[in-house]
Amino acid sequence: MAGKPVLHYFDGRGRMEPVRWLLAAAGVEFEEKFLKTRDDLARLRNDGSLMFQQVPMVEIDGMKLVQTRAILNYIASKYNLYGKDMKERALIDMYSEGIADLDEIVLHQPYIPQEEKEANLAKIKDKARNRYFPAYEKVLKGHGQDYLVGNRLSRADVYLVELLYHVEELDPSVLANFPLLKALRTRVSNLPTVKKFLQPGSQRKPYEDEKCVESAMKIFS
Amino acid sequence: MAGKPLFHYEETRGRMESVRWLLAAVGVEYEEKFIHTNEDLEKLRSDGVLMFQQVPMVEVDGMKLVQTRAILNYFSSKYNLYGKDMKERALIDMYSEGLADLNEMFILYPFDPPGVKEANIALMKEKATHRYFPAFEKVLKSHGQDFLVGNKLSKADIHLVEMIYNMEELDANIIANFPLLQALKTRISDMPTIKKFLQPGSQRQPPVDEKGVLKARKIFKF
Repeated sequence: MAGKPVLHYFDGRGRMEPVRWLLAAAGVEFEEKFLKTRDDLARLRNDGSLMFQQVPMVEIDGMKLVQTRAILNYIASKYNLYGKDMKERALIDMYSEGIADLDEIVLHQPYIPQEEKEANLAKIKDKARNRYFPAYEKVLKGHGQDYLVGNRLSRADVYLVELLYHVEELDPSVLANFPLLKALRTRVSNLPTVKKFLQPGSQRKPYEDEKCVESAMKIFS
Repeated sequence: MAGKPLFHYEETRGRMESVRWLLAAVGVEYEEKFIHTNEDLEKLRSDGVLMFQQVPMVEVDGMKLVQTRAILNYFSSKYNLYGKDMKERALIDMYSEGLADLNEMFILYPFDPPGVKEANIALMKEKATHRYFPAFEKVLKSHGQDFLVGNKLSKADIHLVEMIYNMEELDANIIANFPLLQALKTRISDMPTIKKFLQPGSQRQPPVDEKGVLKARKIFKF
Protein backbone atom coordinates (compact mmCIF):
# COMPACT_ATOMS: atom_id res chain seq x y z
CA MET A 1 0.00 0.00 0.00
CA ALA A 2 1.53 3.24 -1.22
CA GLY A 3 1.27 5.64 1.71
CA LYS A 4 -1.05 8.42 2.63
CA PRO A 5 -3.81 9.44 0.24
CA VAL A 6 -2.94 12.63 -1.68
CA LEU A 7 -5.72 15.11 -2.32
CA HIS A 8 -5.39 17.30 -5.42
CA TYR A 9 -7.51 20.46 -5.25
CA PHE A 10 -7.22 24.14 -4.59
CA ASP A 11 -6.78 25.47 -1.05
CA GLY A 12 -10.48 25.85 -0.35
CA ARG A 13 -13.56 23.87 0.65
CA GLY A 14 -15.34 23.47 -2.69
CA ARG A 15 -16.06 19.86 -3.58
CA MET A 16 -13.16 18.40 -1.63
CA GLU A 17 -14.28 19.36 1.87
CA PRO A 18 -16.55 16.33 2.43
CA VAL A 19 -13.56 14.12 1.53
CA ARG A 20 -11.41 15.88 4.12
CA TRP A 21 -14.13 15.45 6.74
CA LEU A 22 -14.60 11.75 5.97
CA LEU A 23 -10.88 10.92 6.05
CA ALA A 24 -10.51 12.93 9.24
CA ALA A 25 -13.46 11.19 10.90
CA ALA A 26 -11.97 7.83 9.93
CA GLY A 27 -8.68 8.90 11.50
CA VAL A 28 -6.83 8.62 8.19
CA GLU A 29 -3.91 10.96 7.63
CA PHE A 30 -3.74 12.52 4.20
CA GLU A 31 -1.58 14.91 2.21
CA GLU A 32 -2.75 17.75 0.05
CA LYS A 33 -1.20 19.12 -3.11
CA PHE A 34 -2.83 22.48 -3.73
CA LEU A 35 -3.45 23.87 -7.18
CA LYS A 36 -2.34 27.49 -7.11
CA THR A 37 -2.30 28.47 -10.79
CA ARG A 38 -3.86 27.53 -14.10
CA ASP A 39 -0.56 25.89 -14.97
CA ASP A 40 -0.92 23.54 -12.02
CA LEU A 41 -4.26 22.37 -13.40
CA ALA A 42 -2.87 22.16 -16.93
CA ARG A 43 0.00 20.04 -15.70
CA LEU A 44 -2.35 17.54 -14.04
CA ARG A 45 -4.42 17.42 -17.23
CA ASN A 46 -1.38 16.88 -19.45
CA ASP A 47 -0.08 14.17 -17.14
CA GLY A 48 -3.25 12.25 -17.89
CA SER A 49 -4.04 12.12 -14.19
CA LEU A 50 -7.57 13.49 -14.45
CA MET A 51 -9.96 11.14 -16.23
CA PHE A 52 -12.38 13.94 -17.10
CA GLN A 53 -9.86 16.81 -16.84
CA GLN A 54 -11.38 17.83 -13.50
CA VAL A 55 -10.56 17.91 -9.82
CA PRO A 56 -11.13 16.74 -7.09
CA MET A 57 -8.67 13.94 -7.66
CA VAL A 58 -7.38 11.66 -4.93
CA GLU A 59 -4.42 9.34 -5.24
CA ILE A 60 -5.24 6.36 -3.07
CA ASP A 61 -4.25 2.69 -3.13
CA GLY A 62 -2.65 2.95 -6.56
CA MET A 63 -5.65 4.69 -8.12
CA LYS A 64 -6.10 8.25 -9.33
CA LEU A 65 -9.75 8.65 -8.45
CA VAL A 66 -11.85 11.54 -9.72
CA GLN A 67 -15.53 12.35 -9.11
CA THR A 68 -16.34 13.23 -5.54
CA ARG A 69 -18.87 10.44 -5.04
CA ALA A 70 -16.48 7.78 -6.32
CA ILE A 71 -13.88 9.06 -3.86
CA LEU A 72 -16.30 9.24 -0.93
CA ASN A 73 -17.81 5.80 -1.68
CA TYR A 74 -14.35 4.20 -1.72
CA ILE A 75 -13.24 5.81 1.52
CA ALA A 76 -16.54 4.96 3.20
CA SER A 77 -16.28 1.30 2.13
CA LYS A 78 -12.64 1.01 3.11
CA TYR A 79 -13.12 2.46 6.59
CA ASN A 80 -16.43 0.81 7.43
CA LEU A 81 -18.54 3.93 7.27
CA TYR A 82 -20.98 2.52 4.73
CA GLY A 83 -23.28 0.29 6.76
CA LYS A 84 -23.27 -3.47 7.20
CA ASP A 85 -25.29 -4.55 4.15
CA MET A 86 -27.03 -3.49 0.95
CA LYS A 87 -30.12 -2.13 2.66
CA GLU A 88 -28.17 -0.01 5.15
CA ARG A 89 -26.12 1.24 2.20
CA ALA A 90 -29.33 2.23 0.45
CA LEU A 91 -30.44 4.34 3.41
CA ILE A 92 -26.96 5.84 3.77
CA ASP A 93 -26.95 6.68 0.07
CA MET A 94 -30.42 8.22 0.22
CA TYR A 95 -29.47 10.37 3.21
CA SER A 96 -26.06 11.34 1.76
CA GLU A 97 -27.58 12.31 -1.58
CA GLY A 98 -30.10 14.62 0.11
CA ILE A 99 -27.25 16.33 1.95
CA ALA A 100 -25.31 16.55 -1.31
CA ASP A 101 -28.23 18.38 -2.96
CA LEU A 102 -28.21 20.95 -0.16
CA ASP A 103 -24.41 21.14 -0.23
CA GLU A 104 -24.51 21.89 -3.96
CA ILE A 105 -26.28 25.18 -3.17
CA VAL A 106 -24.17 25.88 -0.07
CA LEU A 107 -20.75 25.31 -1.61
CA HIS A 108 -21.52 27.74 -4.41
CA GLN A 109 -22.43 30.65 -2.11
CA PRO A 110 -18.92 32.19 -1.97
CA TYR A 111 -18.69 32.05 -5.77
CA ILE A 112 -22.07 33.55 -6.62
CA PRO A 113 -21.99 37.12 -7.99
CA GLN A 114 -22.61 39.72 -5.29
CA GLU A 115 -26.03 40.74 -6.63
CA GLU A 116 -27.28 37.14 -6.52
CA LYS A 117 -25.89 36.19 -3.12
CA GLU A 118 -28.94 37.23 -1.15
CA ALA A 119 -31.31 35.14 -3.26
CA ASN A 120 -29.04 32.09 -3.00
CA LEU A 121 -28.78 32.52 0.75
CA ALA A 122 -32.58 32.67 0.99
CA LYS A 123 -32.75 29.44 -0.98
CA ILE A 124 -30.25 27.74 1.36
CA LYS A 125 -32.18 28.85 4.45
CA ASP A 126 -35.51 27.75 3.00
CA LYS A 127 -34.33 24.33 1.90
CA ALA A 128 -32.34 23.64 5.07
CA ARG A 129 -35.16 24.69 7.41
CA ASN A 130 -38.11 23.32 5.44
CA ARG A 131 -36.91 20.33 3.47
CA TYR A 132 -33.65 18.78 4.58
CA PHE A 133 -33.14 19.34 8.29
CA PRO A 134 -36.71 18.28 9.14
CA ALA A 135 -36.17 15.05 7.17
CA TYR A 136 -33.09 14.10 9.19
CA GLU A 137 -34.62 15.20 12.51
CA LYS A 138 -37.51 12.86 11.64
CA VAL A 139 -35.15 9.94 10.98
CA LEU A 140 -33.44 10.38 14.33
CA LYS A 141 -36.75 10.79 16.13
CA GLY A 142 -38.12 7.70 14.38
CA HIS A 143 -35.61 5.25 15.84
CA GLY A 144 -34.26 7.24 18.76
CA GLN A 145 -30.74 6.02 18.07
CA ASP A 146 -27.50 7.93 18.23
CA TYR A 147 -26.75 7.77 14.51
CA LEU A 148 -28.75 7.93 11.32
CA VAL A 149 -28.33 4.31 10.20
CA GLY A 150 -27.77 1.02 12.00
CA ASN A 151 -26.97 2.56 15.37
CA ARG A 152 -23.47 3.21 14.18
CA LEU A 153 -21.45 6.09 12.73
CA SER A 154 -21.60 6.25 8.94
CA ARG A 155 -20.59 8.69 6.23
CA ALA A 156 -24.13 10.07 6.32
CA ASP A 157 -23.64 11.31 9.89
CA VAL A 158 -20.27 12.86 9.04
CA TYR A 159 -21.60 14.65 5.95
CA LEU A 160 -24.71 15.85 7.76
CA VAL A 161 -22.67 17.27 10.64
CA GLU A 162 -20.39 19.06 8.18
CA LEU A 163 -23.46 20.67 6.57
CA LEU A 164 -24.94 21.59 9.94
CA TYR A 165 -21.79 23.62 10.62
CA HIS A 166 -21.68 25.13 7.14
CA VAL A 167 -25.33 26.18 7.04
CA GLU A 168 -25.09 27.59 10.55
CA GLU A 169 -22.25 29.85 9.34
CA LEU A 170 -24.73 31.38 6.90
CA ASP A 171 -27.87 31.13 9.09
CA PRO A 172 -26.88 31.21 12.76
CA SER A 173 -30.27 30.23 14.20
CA VAL A 174 -30.99 27.41 11.75
CA LEU A 175 -30.69 24.62 14.33
CA ALA A 176 -32.99 26.22 16.88
CA ASN A 177 -35.86 23.81 16.22
CA PHE A 178 -33.84 20.67 15.58
CA PRO A 179 -32.77 19.30 18.98
CA LEU A 180 -31.83 15.85 17.69
CA LEU A 181 -29.64 17.31 14.95
CA LYS A 182 -27.93 19.45 17.58
CA ALA A 183 -27.36 16.36 19.72
CA LEU A 184 -25.97 14.44 16.74
CA ARG A 185 -23.63 17.29 15.95
CA THR A 186 -22.36 17.37 19.54
CA ARG A 187 -21.95 13.60 19.62
CA VAL A 188 -20.03 13.43 16.34
CA SER A 189 -17.97 16.51 17.21
CA ASN A 190 -16.84 14.84 20.43
CA LEU A 191 -15.44 11.79 18.67
CA PRO A 192 -11.65 12.09 19.14
CA THR A 193 -10.90 12.15 15.41
CA VAL A 194 -13.53 14.76 14.63
CA LYS A 195 -12.67 16.82 17.73
CA LYS A 196 -9.09 17.04 16.46
CA PHE A 197 -10.25 18.02 12.98
CA LEU A 198 -12.40 20.82 14.42
CA GLN A 199 -9.46 22.42 16.18
CA PRO A 200 -7.31 25.17 14.64
CA GLY A 201 -4.33 23.86 12.71
CA SER A 202 -6.17 20.92 11.16
CA GLN A 203 -6.71 20.43 7.44
CA ARG A 204 -10.30 21.71 7.69
CA LYS A 205 -10.78 24.71 5.44
CA PRO A 206 -12.47 27.99 6.42
CA TYR A 207 -15.36 29.61 4.57
CA GLU A 208 -13.96 30.88 1.28
CA ASP A 209 -13.05 34.56 1.52
CA GLU A 210 -12.68 36.91 -1.43
CA LYS A 211 -9.01 36.12 -1.88
CA CYS A 212 -9.73 32.40 -2.01
CA VAL A 213 -12.59 32.88 -4.46
CA GLU A 214 -10.43 35.04 -6.71
CA SER A 215 -7.68 32.44 -6.68
CA ALA A 216 -10.09 29.63 -7.52
CA MET A 217 -11.68 31.62 -10.35
CA LYS A 218 -8.22 32.17 -11.84
CA ILE A 219 -7.33 28.49 -11.75
CA PHE A 220 -10.57 27.25 -13.25
CA SER A 221 -11.54 29.96 -15.71
CA MET B 1 -40.20 -10.43 -0.83
CA ALA B 2 -43.03 -8.11 -1.75
CA GLY B 3 -43.29 -8.27 -5.53
CA LYS B 4 -42.08 -6.20 -8.42
CA PRO B 5 -40.39 -2.87 -7.74
CA LEU B 6 -42.78 0.06 -8.23
CA PHE B 7 -41.53 3.25 -9.88
CA HIS B 8 -43.06 6.61 -9.10
CA TYR B 9 -42.20 9.23 -11.71
CA GLU B 10 -43.54 11.10 -14.66
CA GLU B 11 -44.19 9.29 -17.91
CA THR B 12 -40.94 10.58 -19.29
CA ARG B 13 -37.21 9.84 -19.30
CA GLY B 14 -35.90 12.42 -16.89
CA ARG B 15 -34.05 11.04 -13.90
CA MET B 16 -35.77 7.67 -13.97
CA GLU B 17 -34.62 6.51 -17.39
CA SER B 18 -31.22 5.20 -16.27
CA VAL B 19 -33.02 3.07 -13.68
CA ARG B 20 -35.28 1.66 -16.40
CA TRP B 21 -32.22 0.80 -18.52
CA LEU B 22 -30.51 -0.88 -15.56
CA LEU B 23 -33.40 -3.13 -14.64
CA ALA B 24 -34.07 -3.86 -18.30
CA ALA B 25 -30.47 -5.03 -18.73
CA VAL B 26 -30.80 -7.60 -15.95
CA GLY B 27 -34.26 -8.66 -17.03
CA VAL B 28 -35.97 -7.58 -13.84
CA GLU B 29 -39.63 -6.66 -14.26
CA TYR B 30 -41.02 -3.57 -12.59
CA GLU B 31 -44.26 -1.61 -12.47
CA GLU B 32 -44.72 2.12 -12.92
CA LYS B 33 -47.22 4.50 -11.37
CA PHE B 34 -47.02 7.64 -13.47
CA ILE B 35 -47.44 11.12 -12.09
CA HIS B 36 -49.61 12.99 -14.58
CA THR B 37 -50.65 16.06 -12.60
CA ASN B 38 -49.49 18.30 -9.80
CA GLU B 39 -52.24 16.69 -7.70
CA ASP B 40 -50.60 13.28 -8.17
CA LEU B 41 -47.29 14.71 -6.92
CA GLU B 42 -48.90 16.51 -3.99
CA LYS B 43 -50.65 13.30 -2.94
CA LEU B 44 -47.31 11.48 -2.76
CA ARG B 45 -45.91 14.37 -0.72
CA SER B 46 -48.79 14.46 1.73
CA ASP B 47 -48.67 10.66 2.07
CA GLY B 48 -45.17 11.20 3.47
CA VAL B 49 -43.55 8.75 1.07
CA LEU B 50 -41.00 11.13 -0.45
CA MET B 51 -38.17 11.80 1.99
CA PHE B 52 -37.25 15.10 0.33
CA GLN B 53 -40.61 15.71 -1.38
CA GLN B 54 -39.06 14.66 -4.68
CA VAL B 55 -39.22 11.92 -7.26
CA PRO B 56 -37.86 9.53 -8.52
CA MET B 57 -39.09 7.22 -5.80
CA VAL B 58 -38.94 3.44 -6.03
CA GLU B 59 -40.73 1.03 -3.74
CA VAL B 60 -38.48 -2.01 -3.46
CA ASP B 61 -37.88 -4.65 -0.80
CA GLY B 62 -39.95 -2.81 1.78
CA MET B 63 -38.18 0.51 1.23
CA LYS B 64 -39.40 3.73 -0.34
CA LEU B 65 -36.12 4.85 -1.89
CA VAL B 66 -35.57 8.31 -3.25
CA GLN B 67 -32.47 9.87 -4.86
CA THR B 68 -31.51 8.37 -8.19
CA ARG B 69 -28.04 7.28 -7.12
CA ALA B 70 -29.35 5.51 -4.01
CA ILE B 71 -31.80 3.64 -6.25
CA LEU B 72 -29.21 2.79 -8.91
CA ASN B 73 -26.62 1.68 -6.36
CA TYR B 74 -29.11 -0.59 -4.58
CA PHE B 75 -30.21 -2.31 -7.77
CA SER B 76 -26.62 -2.56 -8.96
CA SER B 77 -25.56 -4.29 -5.74
CA LYS B 78 -28.60 -6.55 -5.77
CA TYR B 79 -28.15 -7.66 -9.38
CA ASN B 80 -24.35 -7.91 -9.46
CA LEU B 81 -23.69 -4.91 -11.65
CA TYR B 82 -21.32 -3.27 -9.19
CA GLY B 83 -18.06 -5.17 -9.58
CA LYS B 84 -16.51 -7.82 -7.37
CA ASP B 85 -14.79 -5.62 -4.78
CA MET B 86 -14.17 -2.11 -3.48
CA LYS B 87 -11.63 -1.18 -6.12
CA GLU B 88 -13.80 -2.31 -9.03
CA ARG B 89 -16.65 -0.36 -7.44
CA ALA B 90 -14.42 2.72 -7.34
CA LEU B 91 -13.78 2.50 -11.07
CA ILE B 92 -17.45 1.82 -11.79
CA ASP B 93 -18.40 4.83 -9.66
CA MET B 94 -15.84 7.08 -11.34
CA TYR B 95 -17.09 6.09 -14.80
CA SER B 96 -20.77 6.31 -13.81
CA GLU B 97 -20.32 9.74 -12.27
CA GLY B 98 -18.65 11.13 -15.38
CA LEU B 99 -21.62 9.90 -17.40
CA ALA B 100 -24.02 11.36 -14.83
CA ASP B 101 -22.48 14.80 -15.41
CA LEU B 102 -23.18 14.50 -19.14
CA ASN B 103 -26.64 13.06 -18.48
CA GLU B 104 -27.47 16.01 -16.23
CA MET B 105 -27.07 18.33 -19.21
CA PHE B 106 -29.10 15.94 -21.37
CA ILE B 107 -31.98 15.83 -18.90
CA LEU B 108 -32.14 19.60 -18.48
CA TYR B 109 -31.58 21.05 -21.95
CA PRO B 110 -35.19 20.60 -23.19
CA PHE B 111 -36.21 23.11 -20.54
CA ASP B 112 -33.76 25.78 -21.65
CA PRO B 113 -35.06 28.94 -23.31
CA PRO B 114 -34.33 29.24 -27.05
CA GLY B 115 -30.79 30.42 -27.67
CA VAL B 116 -29.57 28.88 -24.44
CA LYS B 117 -30.85 25.51 -25.62
CA GLU B 118 -28.81 25.58 -28.84
CA ALA B 119 -25.71 26.63 -26.91
CA ASN B 120 -26.15 23.79 -24.44
CA ILE B 121 -26.69 21.23 -27.17
CA ALA B 122 -23.43 22.37 -28.75
CA LEU B 123 -21.71 22.19 -25.36
CA MET B 124 -22.98 18.66 -24.75
CA LYS B 125 -21.79 17.47 -28.16
CA GLU B 126 -18.41 19.07 -27.51
CA LYS B 127 -18.05 17.46 -24.09
CA ALA B 128 -19.21 14.08 -25.35
CA THR B 129 -16.77 14.18 -28.26
CA HIS B 130 -13.77 15.68 -26.48
CA ARG B 131 -14.09 14.78 -22.84
CA TYR B 132 -16.28 11.80 -22.09
CA PHE B 133 -16.26 9.47 -25.09
CA PRO B 134 -12.47 9.67 -25.53
CA ALA B 135 -12.02 8.79 -21.86
CA PHE B 136 -14.12 5.64 -22.20
CA GLU B 137 -12.58 4.67 -25.54
CA LYS B 138 -9.22 4.92 -23.77
CA VAL B 139 -10.37 2.62 -20.95
CA LEU B 140 -11.57 -0.03 -23.41
CA LYS B 141 -8.38 0.28 -25.44
CA SER B 142 -6.18 -0.04 -22.37
CA HIS B 143 -7.39 -3.51 -21.37
CA GLY B 144 -8.93 -4.73 -24.61
CA GLN B 145 -11.79 -6.36 -22.73
CA ASP B 146 -15.45 -6.47 -23.64
CA PHE B 147 -16.64 -4.36 -20.70
CA LEU B 148 -15.37 -1.31 -18.88
CA VAL B 149 -14.52 -2.98 -15.56
CA GLY B 150 -13.50 -6.48 -14.54
CA ASN B 151 -14.33 -8.11 -17.85
CA LYS B 152 -17.97 -8.23 -16.80
CA LEU B 153 -21.12 -6.19 -17.41
CA SER B 154 -21.57 -3.43 -14.84
CA LYS B 155 -23.78 -0.40 -14.38
CA ALA B 156 -21.06 1.69 -16.04
CA ASP B 157 -21.47 -0.15 -19.36
CA ILE B 158 -25.24 0.26 -19.25
CA HIS B 159 -25.05 3.99 -18.45
CA LEU B 160 -22.47 4.49 -21.22
CA VAL B 161 -24.55 2.76 -23.88
CA GLU B 162 -27.64 4.68 -22.77
CA MET B 163 -25.68 7.95 -23.17
CA ILE B 164 -24.43 6.90 -26.61
CA TYR B 165 -28.03 6.39 -27.74
CA ASN B 166 -29.00 9.73 -26.18
CA MET B 167 -26.20 11.63 -27.87
CA GLU B 168 -26.87 9.93 -31.21
CA GLU B 169 -30.31 11.54 -31.12
CA LEU B 170 -28.48 14.88 -31.27
CA ASP B 171 -25.80 13.77 -33.74
CA ALA B 172 -26.10 10.42 -35.49
CA ASN B 173 -22.35 10.26 -36.12
CA ILE B 174 -21.17 11.16 -32.67
CA ILE B 175 -19.26 7.91 -32.08
CA ALA B 176 -17.93 7.69 -35.64
CA ASN B 177 -14.36 8.01 -34.36
CA PHE B 178 -14.73 5.64 -31.42
CA PRO B 179 -14.59 2.06 -32.73
CA LEU B 180 -14.47 0.45 -29.29
CA LEU B 181 -17.53 2.40 -28.15
CA GLN B 182 -19.30 1.23 -31.29
CA ALA B 183 -18.39 -2.35 -30.46
CA LEU B 184 -19.59 -1.94 -26.87
CA LYS B 185 -22.84 -0.40 -28.07
CA THR B 186 -23.42 -3.35 -30.42
CA ARG B 187 -22.49 -5.90 -27.78
CA ILE B 188 -24.87 -4.45 -25.19
CA SER B 189 -27.65 -3.85 -27.70
CA ASP B 190 -27.49 -7.48 -28.78
CA MET B 191 -28.08 -8.76 -25.26
CA PRO B 192 -31.58 -10.35 -25.39
CA THR B 193 -32.78 -8.22 -22.48
CA ILE B 194 -31.57 -4.93 -23.97
CA LYS B 195 -32.66 -5.94 -27.47
CA LYS B 196 -36.18 -6.35 -26.09
CA PHE B 197 -35.97 -3.02 -24.25
CA LEU B 198 -34.94 -1.24 -27.45
CA GLN B 199 -38.00 -2.47 -29.31
CA PRO B 200 -41.33 -0.62 -29.46
CA GLY B 201 -43.72 -1.54 -26.69
CA SER B 202 -41.08 -1.70 -23.95
CA GLN B 203 -40.98 0.58 -20.91
CA ARG B 204 -38.33 2.75 -22.55
CA GLN B 205 -39.48 6.36 -22.83
CA PRO B 206 -39.20 8.42 -26.05
CA PRO B 207 -37.28 11.72 -26.31
CA VAL B 208 -39.05 14.57 -24.54
CA ASP B 209 -41.02 16.89 -26.84
CA GLU B 210 -42.69 20.30 -26.43
CA LYS B 211 -45.81 18.70 -24.97
CA GLY B 212 -43.66 16.81 -22.46
CA VAL B 213 -41.88 19.99 -21.40
CA LEU B 214 -45.20 21.78 -20.78
CA LYS B 215 -46.56 18.80 -18.85
CA ALA B 216 -43.47 18.66 -16.62
CA ARG B 217 -43.69 22.37 -15.92
CA LYS B 218 -47.34 21.94 -14.87
CA ILE B 219 -46.61 18.99 -12.59
CA PHE B 220 -43.57 20.49 -10.87
CA LYS B 221 -44.64 24.13 -11.17
CA PHE B 222 -41.54 25.62 -12.76
